[in-house]
Amino acid sequence: MHKRLVLYLFLSIITFFSNVYGAESEGMPQLNPEFWVSQIFWLILTFGFLFIILSKFILPKISNNLELRKSQILENIETAEKQKMESENKIKEYETLINNSKNEARNYFNEARKKIIQDIDKKRKKIEDEINVEIRNAEKEIVELKKVAPEKINKIATETSAQLIKQLIGEEINNSSISAIVEDLSKKNKGKYYGN
Amino acid sequence: MATNPMHQFNVYRIGPEIKIDQIDISFTNASLFMVISSLIILIFFNLGSVKKNIIPNKVQLLAELSYSFISKMISDTAGSKGKPYFGFIFSLFMFVLFCNMLGMLPYAFTVTSHIIVTFVLAAFIFIGVTVIGFIKHGLGYLKLFVPSGVPIVLLPLIVVIEVISYLSRPISLSVRLFANMMAGHTMMKVFGGFVISLGLVGGWLPLGFSVALTGLEILVAFLQAYVFAILTCIYLNDALNLHH
Repeated sequence: MHKRLVLYLFLSIITFFSNVYGAESEGMPQLNPEFWVSQIFWLILTFGFLFIILSKFILPKISNNLELRKSQILENIETAEKQKMESENKIKEYETLINNSKNEARNYFNEARKKIIQDIDKKRKKIEDEINVEIRNAEKEIVELKKVAPEKINKIATETSAQLIKQLIGEEINNSSISAIVEDLSKKNKGKYYGN
Repeated sequence: MATNPMHQFNVYRIGPEIKIDQIDISFTNASLFMVISSLIILIFFNLGSVKKNIIPNKVQLLAELSYSFISKMISDTAGSKGKPYFGFIFSLFMFVLFCNMLGMLPYAFTVTSHIIVTFVLAAFIFIGVTVIGFIKHGLGYLKLFVPSGVPIVLLPLIVVIEVISYLSRPISLSVRLFANMMAGHTMMKVFGGFVISLGLVGGWLPLGFSVALTGLEILVAFLQAYVFAILTCIYLNDALNLHH
């Protein structure tokens, strides 16, 4: 199978080239000068036309387009950078503003606190003073009451004991003797009832 | 002879015979494809330059990419002095590229596969570069043939070699393009003929080759246009900036 194929290929190549060389009488059409002048003429015509149109009309347009794009891109980059700077400045401004207002707020707060503390202190002092005065008055009263209390107690004790005795015995005893006993007792127990 | 691979390079008249003073300048299939290439280039680049979008559309992007590609090529090889010749080199590159590429279409004629076309282009470049060189440097342009730092004993030999290499520039430039295009298209035709003659049994192998060759030929079509343009830039650089 392979051998047949190779043989077939070989034969066809031979016939092919014999055909080619059989047509050798024609030779290379390129070396036939019949249409040389025509080709030169049309080449100069078409290439000249192409060259003139391209270099006069089309290429300047393309180069303009390219330069326009370049300059526009550069411009855009410039404006972008400018805007970036501006925005950075704005951010800085904003930050300083925020910091200032924060400081202000802190100051306000501190002041208000101070004021309130002072106020509270003042009021407390006032109230304390008042309380102190009251306490002193009360102490004074207590001291006075303390002074008066034994006599009254003695009196009450004397009266009570006289009444008790009268009920128990049915006789009235001299008040002065009872009061003498009560006073004696109260003097003995003085420390017991008035702690101080 | 449909299988003759050289048949595709035949030039034939389209329409009436035009003669000026016994000189035949009839419109041929070669002329037709020159006109088609030029028109396609003009339409394409016109479409790519009408709108002035900041963000380009596809055609505009391609046109601007080709513009910056050629302008970078010129500034890389010939420096800033090469800028006035941008239009010519751009047209040259595009013309050769589109002629090569159109030749890749089936039944199309490849303009650049004819030695006379490439030779006229190369000769024009050669003469133009030589004229520019003499205008810019006067007779000092002849220093191009005398490299600096060469021993005096070797100088006569070197000068002769340099002159020959300079004079052979148009030939090498034109033959390179013509031979590449002709050889590639002949090869494709030969393999195409194999596909037909081997039929369903053995035709698949040359078909695969044909497909691969098509890719290669598209690469060659671009590469040869690029080489043609960049060699022009290098010759121009010799004329503009005399280094020797």
